Amino acid sequence: MNRFDYIRPASLEEAIAAGSEPGASYLAGGTNLLDLMKVDVARPDKIVDITRVPGLDRIEMQNDGTIRIGAMVRNADLARHPAFAKACPAVAEALLSGASPQLRNAATVGGNLMQQTRCAYFYDPYSACNRRQKGAGCDARGGDTRNHAVLGWSDNCIAIHPSDFCVPLAALDTVVEIEGPEGARETPLTRFYSLPDDTTPGGVDLAPGEMITALRLPRDAASFASHARYLKLRERTSYAFAIVSAAVMLRMQEGVIAEARIALGGVAARPWRSVIAEERLRDGEPDVDLFASAAEAALQGAEPSGANAFKIELAKRLVIRAIERAAEGTPARMPALPASVFASDTGVSAHV
Amino acid sequence: MPLSISLTINGDRHDTLLEDARATLLDVLRERVGLTGTKKGCDRGQCGACTILVDGRRINACLTLAASVDGAAITTIEGLARKGELHPVQAAFIENDGFRCGYCTPGQIMSAVGLIAEGDAGDDPERIREGMSGNICRCAAYPGITQAVLDAQRRLANDERISA
Repeated sequence: MNRFDYIRPASLEEAIAAGSEPGASYLAGGTNLLDLMKVDVARPDKIVDITRVPGLDRIEMQNDGTIRIGAMVRNADLARHPAFAKACPAVAEALLSGASPQLRNAATVGGNLMQQTRCAYFYDPYSACNRRQKGAGCDARGGDTRNHAVLGWSDNCIAIHPSDFCVPLAALDTVVEIEGPEGARETPLTRFYSLPDDTTPGGVDLAPGEMITALRLPRDAASFASHARYLKLRERTSYAFAIVSAAVMLRMQEGVIAEARIALGGVAARPWRSVIAEERLRDGEPDVDLFASAAEAALQGAEPSGANAFKIELAKRLVIRAIERAAEGTPARMPALPASVFASDTGVSAHV
Repeated sequence: MPLSISLTINGDRHDTLLEDARATLLDVLRERVGLTGTKKGCDRGQCGACTILVDGRRINACLTLAASVDGAAITTIEGLARKGELHPVQAAFIENDGFRCGYCTPGQIMSAVGLIAEGDAGDDPERIREGMSGNICRCAAYPGITQAVLDAQRRLANDERISA
């Protein structure tokens, strides 16, 4: 780890002034940043610790249905917040399917959006990586690509965004509130990440000195609460990143899908919302052929970036399964194994 | 620039001057305060051997800058026993063979204390296994660990009834 100056600003203004200096990096829970610093992938000259900045740690369930979540809210606190978990059960399930209990106690909402890809070539300073160093090349191409992108990738970068939390958030039209040296602004979460293209490796839409201050879910977020699921396929049932994941939320009216929300995780450099898949379900009665058609639509344009063609078929099957589970209804209690496709009431442990 | 921090560790106040802001909470506990019960396994937040409580919440001490938790109350494995009497979670780990080599055990026990305090798992072994999934045991003492957490939960519930 390189040496750095450490400062702990007492106000947002102080934090942004310090964070706008070259080489500065904001520190919140630290679960990703410190890890990256330990392997010399992140080398900040200055750490601006925002954990004591007032006003960033509130969960506001507003009267009109809008939900505002401060950037410093810890993942575990959001998942366990009774009113939030009731309004947005798929978001709570996604949170509880990510990382470990210790990490969820430290990791923050804003930090989750800011976390870096877990591409092994990004994590290895001795590998070429455009995302780490523009123009360096990409050693992931032709390398071990099992967990890489099948949507929205380019020759510049085939990495995926690893978040679970962001997947249902993208489906729910979440807005990111940002504060910076030029003042406050906001952007939809689905546009917060730019995809790689012919000239750039993609990244987050933040100017130097800007920081996420809150996430805002629109007033209709809770209208999907009774039919909302997040499912995640991973190499082991707990404490593993998604190979593919799917958030599905349905607003049912008299047995018909009045509105659907669908997003995928583990397939692209951003949480992958599919509006065309959602439209396929609109006004339909739950039916496996309809679900399959939505799954086809969700993976439209998917192409393997290496030895990962299996993820395309796997993602389609997971979308179908997630729609089925959402149509069955949100479980009364958080499943023992959140987001797992393995039922835990079969008497057989999924922890093998 | 040296940083002066103050931590309350197992009830005792420790003022520490950090010459280098890079010090993790894990390194400060082990190298500066001399509490080596908290173990360094992976040092990357993956194994859980460094699990401690900060203001009552279980976290990985290896992924925490000591400077960032200035002023916090820390509980380590050394702070669980009272007047020579083991904490119910410690006693349950011994009686249920919740370990073999013992290297991960302080982290497992601190994680179990945190899990029981969180109150989500109840007596469902599947929820306990999921709730303990941030702690890896390479001897694979997992069945004993699960039994120990179940047993500890019963002991703590009994203690509460007695003291209530």
